[in-house]
Amino acid sequence: MSALTETPMQRERAKTIYEKSKPGRRAAVLPDAGVPERPLEELIPAHLLRSEPPRLPEIAEPEIVRHYNRLSRRNFDLDSGLYPLGSCTMKHNPRLNERVAALPGHARLHPAQDPKRAQGALELMWLLQQSLSEICGLPHVSLQPSAGSHGELAGLLLTRAYHADRGEERTRVLAPDTSHGTNPASVTMAGYEVVKVATDERGGVEMDDLRAKIAEDPDQIACLMLTNPNTLGLFDENIAEIASLIHEAGGTLYYDGANLNAVMGQSRPGDMGFDIVHLNLHKSFSQPHGGGGPGAGPIAVSDRIEPFLPRPQVVRRESDNGGGPSFDLEFDRPQSIGRLRGFQGNFGVFVRSYAYILSLGADGLAEASETAVLNANYLKARLAEGRAGERLPVAFERHCMHEFVLSGKSMKKELGLATLDLAKRLLDYGFHPPTVYFPLLVDEALMVEPTETETKESLDAFADAIEQILIEAESDPEIAKQAPYTTPVRRLDEVRATRRPVVRQPLGD
Amino acid sequence: MADANYPDDLLYHDQHDWARLEGDDHAVFGITWYAQDSLGEVVFYDGPEAGATIQKDSSYAEVESVKAVSDVIAPMSGEIVEVNDSLQDAPERINEDPYGEGWLVKVKLSSPTEAESLLAAAEYQKLLES
Repeated sequence: MSALTETPMQRERAKTIYEKSKPGRRAAVLPDAGVPERPLEELIPAHLLRSEPPRLPEIAEPEIVRHYNRLSRRNFDLDSGLYPLGSCTMKHNPRLNERVAALPGHARLHPAQDPKRAQGALELMWLLQQSLSEICGLPHVSLQPSAGSHGELAGLLLTRAYHADRGEERTRVLAPDTSHGTNPASVTMAGYEVVKVATDERGGVEMDDLRAKIAEDPDQIACLMLTNPNTLGLFDENIAEIASLIHEAGGTLYYDGANLNAVMGQSRPGDMGFDIVHLNLHKSFSQPHGGGGPGAGPIAVSDRIEPFLPRPQVVRRESDNGGGPSFDLEFDRPQSIGRLRGFQGNFGVFVRSYAYILSLGADGLAEASETAVLNANYLKARLAEGRAGERLPVAFERHCMHEFVLSGKSMKKELGLATLDLAKRLLDYGFHPPTVYFPLLVDEALMVEPTETETKESLDAFADAIEQILIEAESDPEIAKQAPYTTPVRRLDEVRATRRPVVRQPLGD
Repeated sequence: MADANYPDDLLYHDQHDWARLEGDDHAVFGITWYAQDSLGEVVFYDGPEAGATIQKDSSYAEVESVKAVSDVIAPMSGEIVEVNDSLQDAPERINEDPYGEGWLVKVKLSSPTEAESLLAAAEYQKLLES
């Protein structure tokens, strides 16, 4: 087939900027200093001087622009097409947010600026804390954690501090078998033992198993980490009972906010009984993300957890001499678990998310969640028709929230097509594949989250593409098994990438 | 890798493990064809050391594939007497030959009667189809 012909991008191996370096090339030419030059050794103590110059690439500006433009075109991005990556909430990033974040007062503020001269930035952070507090239904917020997983670790450290303050030392943390992989990883990193809880036939926490796991040793239950709606895109109907079981045992209830996009302005984790929530600002509150950052995973907590929050906290102080309020970093928090990172987080992320919250308002956020749920249910219904409905049925037949999980078990058995093959072939159709092989309890899982910013036409096109791939596979499964054909690189050797990863790129000489 | 197969001389655990009884109180354990097929290509095997005690229905090793990391469940209880060291460098043997070169551990059984609770090949296959 024609796809066997290499595309120009496939022929051209991606190069690092170091490989393009040529001695003497420059992107900028500085004017003469206008003062006599003196040797560096006279100006800087010898022990602070490098023994050899830094290995910086030497490149002219047009080549720098081309280099990064080419790299960006090797990427699949949300600006090019639908990116229904389940649990990642790849929604459109409003351009207004970028304009606001690029204002010089925001973009050029030095992180070490004295709080007295960074009042605007601190006020924005404080207002963002207030907004997140309202959205979560919990009174206190720390913006420090910089990712969802970082928020999880913070939540577990807070749990330990809370129990230690009561003279308790608990060792076990419960997590459903549908939980995000970061949950058990954070539990282990925080020094707790993970106890898995089973899933019932409606896709929620299996209540008998939960009761049994608590009953094994209630005094050892430190926390239950829950995502609601969970990674199957299903809202746990027993949340009130779950909360009271955990609280009776003396544990804390932790809300993994990765799926908050389903419930903004609809229901609040605090009202459900959660003590600690992390929010992924880069998911729910629109932020270019993927590839590791920059993100923000602020936490919201209840009164009983507040004394232990990371320090410093951004606070508002009322004036005692009739002036307006001022904002500060409060370090005097004796029970705090301490600092979680340098400075207070990725400020640009705060600006974008605050701009997003303000531009949508409370009603707009609620509507965004409604549309996210509507889009997911529409796409789920579309995919229940035709071949997809037969070969790729939904794993738990219920109205879903913002995402849903299909099982490719029959597709694999009848057509010899693994979910991975379908995912790779979707790339040729111009779609980023959904999350595959997660959650683990669904065979050949495909987890689809379209988000609220997709049109009906784009959802239809995605459903049509899946149907087309299944039609293709009926006559020749090899087409999908060899896919993708049109991407900058073809199918990668994932085994070699895992077993013999190349983690150092040599400089270009 | 070859097509699905479930040898008749093995006993099966519903968590997709097999046991081959040797003599009165020894057995070799591994994962089934279905398990390796579901996992996909195995990239790393993290097994126990000889001398370790393992408990029926509990995890005794981890298999990492390109898809996921999975626990390996012991079909019977006992003490590990031999481990398949070759899997350190060639974990792909678990895919290529799950009942032969891809064996995981050899165990001195502490309660050989546990074999009665395991499934015969036909019963295990029926479970897979359900």
